[in-house]
Amino acid sequence: MKEFNYTVQDPLGIHARPAGLLSKLAKTFDGTVVTVEKDGKVAKASQLMKLMGLGIKQGATVTVKAEGENEDAAIAAIEAFFKENL
Amino acid sequence: MILIQGKGVSKGVTKGKLYFFQRPDTNIEKKPATDLEAEKARLADAQAKSMDQLTALAEKCREEAGDESAVLFETHAMFVEDDDYVESIMDTLEEEQCNVEYAVKLAGEQFAAMFAAMDDAYMQARAADIKDVTQRILNNLMGIAEGGIDSDEPVILAADDLAPSETLQLDKSKILGFVTMGGSGNSHTAILARTMGIPAICGAGEALKETYQGRIAYIDGETGSLILDPDDLTLAALKDKHEKQQEMKRLLETMKGQEDITLDGRKMMLYCNIGSPEDVDAVITNDGQGIGLFRSEFLYLAASDYPTEDEQFEAYKKVAAAMNGKRVVIRTLDIGADKQVAYFDMKKEENPAMGVRAIRICLNRPEVFRTQLRALYRASAYGKVAIMFPMITSVWEVRECKRACQKVMAELEAEGIPYNKDTEIGIMIETPSSVFVADALAKEVDFFSVGTNDLTQYTLACDRQANDLGKFFDPHHPAVLRALKMATDAAHAAGIWIGICGELGADISLLPTFLAIGIDELSVSPTSVLPLRAEIRKSIAKTCTLEKLEC
Repeated sequence: MKEFNYTVQDPLGIHARPAGLLSKLAKTFDGTVVTVEKDGKVAKASQLMKLMGLGIKQGATVTVKAEGENEDAAIAAIEAFFKENL
Repeated sequence: MILIQGKGVSKGVTKGKLYFFQRPDTNIEKKPATDLEAEKARLADAQAKSMDQLTALAEKCREEAGDESAVLFETHAMFVEDDDYVESIMDTLEEEQCNVEYAVKLAGEQFAAMFAAMDDAYMQARAADIKDVTQRILNNLMGIAEGGIDSDEPVILAADDLAPSETLQLDKSKILGFVTMGGSGNSHTAILARTMGIPAICGAGEALKETYQGRIAYIDGETGSLILDPDDLTLAALKDKHEKQQEMKRLLETMKGQEDITLDGRKMMLYCNIGSPEDVDAVITNDGQGIGLFRSEFLYLAASDYPTEDEQFEAYKKVAAAMNGKRVVIRTLDIGADKQVAYFDMKKEENPAMGVRAIRICLNRPEVFRTQLRALYRASAYGKVAIMFPMITSVWEVRECKRACQKVMAELEAEGIPYNKDTEIGIMIETPSSVFVADALAKEVDFFSVGTNDLTQYTLACDRQANDLGKFFDPHHPAVLRALKMATDAAHAAGIWIGICGELGADISLLPTFLAIGIDELSVSPTSVLPLRAEIRKSIAKTCTLEKLEC
């Protein structure tokens, strides 16, 4: 299992567009589950609505985990995505 | 033969199938499913259709309105395929053994409620997106076509009445004409029909029955009659009229490229009214010399949330650039009264025509105003943009608007974004108070444009939406024409120009009066440009009189 912590910079938080792109990206890693956790609440990154439902705002710190056969590639790609879009 | 008599609100004769506008049926009942697999297959089919539509919409948007609005539809597409959403539908199907429509409706409600309950305004607004997506899937499940028209061939569209947001979504290529049970010459259907240059009849009443769906009908937008199964005599008359109409069109073609000038050398600026960037084609085809009124409401009415600065900028820039240096007068947000937008969350008013509308909303909500002004000034770098403020009653309002403009220009200057600092600023003259203080207002602005529809409504105390005021609602009333004269005298004393952008501007019977008053500009539906030009070129301004101002 790989993980990283990230503090959201985007003024709108994890809003519809990046959430959508993230869920698309998360689905591309076969056999690997990517989760996003905030204050003990967890959503799979591939679950668009649940992810938005976490209500992650600017300044919130989230823990992103990847587990499975492609976890290395997944965590690298997802961390890059967070830095670029959120 | 069946004859239904309404009020002709847009001229022309046409023949076609009657098609009743379908509103999405929100009343979905739970029914037991006989074949669960079949229900799942229907869902997959509706999802695929929805995805196709959304992808096409996103592409269309990217070409026409820019990236921001395209992203909205792409997000909608993601919702359609979202695992949780689909899982929730599947769970309901399995547990309840019910029809898929009910399961979709339930999932939509659950997720919309989840977003609505979040403590973040942005997320709360996403509830509207979920509802929109859910409705799209439901429409596809129930075979209700988007834009309300499920027909391969163009039709005569029949409806009780159409809301502004509904007219915006119509597939215009499928409409030959309109006939509505309610409405008036000033309703949005009528205005749309005139812009499109197709016939329309309003106020057909209960005689217009939904059982006529699919029947071949003839409509005459001049006399206001709709005819089913015409007898030979009527048919011959209709055909004759249609031919004359075609002949007239050919004659008008010869007016293209001609100057708008009277026989004695008085020039008139002949401009067009438009409601969206798509209408620019009609302006160019009909040789309009500029745009005297670009209603910015379409941006707000068609959206489920406040349009962003970039979305607005793209739309204004597109029109400014397409007009290639010709003047484009863009009116700032004019909602309220008959044009309501849910996300503005306006309080319900007893008398919205006299309530918080148009410039009053903008001055109460500086952020909404600032976004639009920034978009307008950014667009001013790409053509001859002029900004016009609606519903002005007082000098202080104009000064406040101008201060907001100054502020926006200073911001753009500081950010190094190009804009035209000499962008003209004008106001609508549509309230009696603006006429009474026109001399003071004229010193503040670069031009006036008279909105005759509202000016008539407020001057005569006649609701423009009401059907039954009849003879009391008289746009030719001497009081209205005298108001025009007062505003014109005030404008000319201050050295600024004045135009008319209401429906009255296209009224050929008033052209001599307008010339006598000294109106400088007429802004009309694109299809009225050439007939009006033909009339102007036959007129002699100095022999025109003010007789219509007498009581």
